[in-house]
Amino acid sequence: METLLAWLYAPWPWYVAGPLIGLMVPLMLFIGNRSFGISSNLRHLCAITQPPQVGVEFFKYDWKEHTWSLMFVIGTALGGFFAGVVFANPEPVNLSLAAQEMLTAWGFSQPSGSLVPEELFHPSVRNFALLFACGVLVGFGTRYAAGCTSGHAITGLSTLQLPSLYAILGIFGGGLIASWLLVPWMLRG
Amino acid sequence: MLRYAPYLLAGVLFGFVLIKSEAASWYRIQEMFHFQSFHMFGILFSAIATGMLSIQLIKRMGARRSLDGQTIVIPEKPPGWVSYVAGGLIFGLGWGLIGLCPGPIFALVGTGSLGALVVLAGALHGTWLYGALKQHLPH
Repeated sequence: METLLAWLYAPWPWYVAGPLIGLMVPLMLFIGNRSFGISSNLRHLCAITQPPQVGVEFFKYDWKEHTWSLMFVIGTALGGFFAGVVFANPEPVNLSLAAQEMLTAWGFSQPSGSLVPEELFHPSVRNFALLFACGVLVGFGTRYAAGCTSGHAITGLSTLQLPSLYAILGIFGGGLIASWLLVPWMLRG
Repeated sequence: MLRYAPYLLAGVLFGFVLIKSEAASWYRIQEMFHFQSFHMFGILFSAIATGMLSIQLIKRMGARRSLDGQTIVIPEKPPGWVSYVAGGLIFGLGWGLIGLCPGPIFALVGTGSLGALVVLAGALHGTWLYGALKQHLPH
């Protein structure tokens, strides 16, 4: 029992987390012949809230058919609550030495318990403007590419789909540009 | 509503794993894009391997029925490359900057992060913007 509790509080190694994430693909197919993916819910949420007088074609469909998917992300948020609040890991993220040194070089403090840095997520006009703008990139990009890490990297590559490989190349390219060039530049500002 | 319970539970597991594996951590994403640890690559590769293996098993099974009695079909993505690469690139820029992709956004919102909620608000506006501009974009 104590071991189980310790496991619930501790961070999980990749060889536990990865297979569990991968199992979402057959699980969704088994439950109701559904394709595992997260970002389509952003579209459904827009469709729910779209006022009829605006009427963007892309959001005119019966979102109720996708209730299953919305339930999945409500679950995801609940899971986040259990893992991040109820069974919160008391230890800071255990980064590699190289990553710790990089943070120091960027003038960032080391992780101190939160999964995200205070420097970027602390409530301030600058931080929230930046988070919002990056959110716009994520929302726009995932819909343009018709999928995100779950729909393309996990589901798409698991089912050997070429379009998903193109998407991954784009995603990783964008991530490298952001992480190597934009993040250090952004931190200076 | 009861028929949606399995999806809700699967979502809870997914969100739990995203936080416990620190895939929802900005620090881990920077570490990944700088190739400073195997952790995130381990998650992605083992997830894809597990998915691939399960799909092959499903394909080889005789009766391929879901719990609600449908025939299991593995959906095909529409062909092309422009929208996949361009969209991926834009999404990747956002992911590399704030270290959150859509799954982790929802998981982190659940932890009560106000910042993650702002990212979600931005993502919804970005999605709407795509919908409004769709016919003017190359696909």
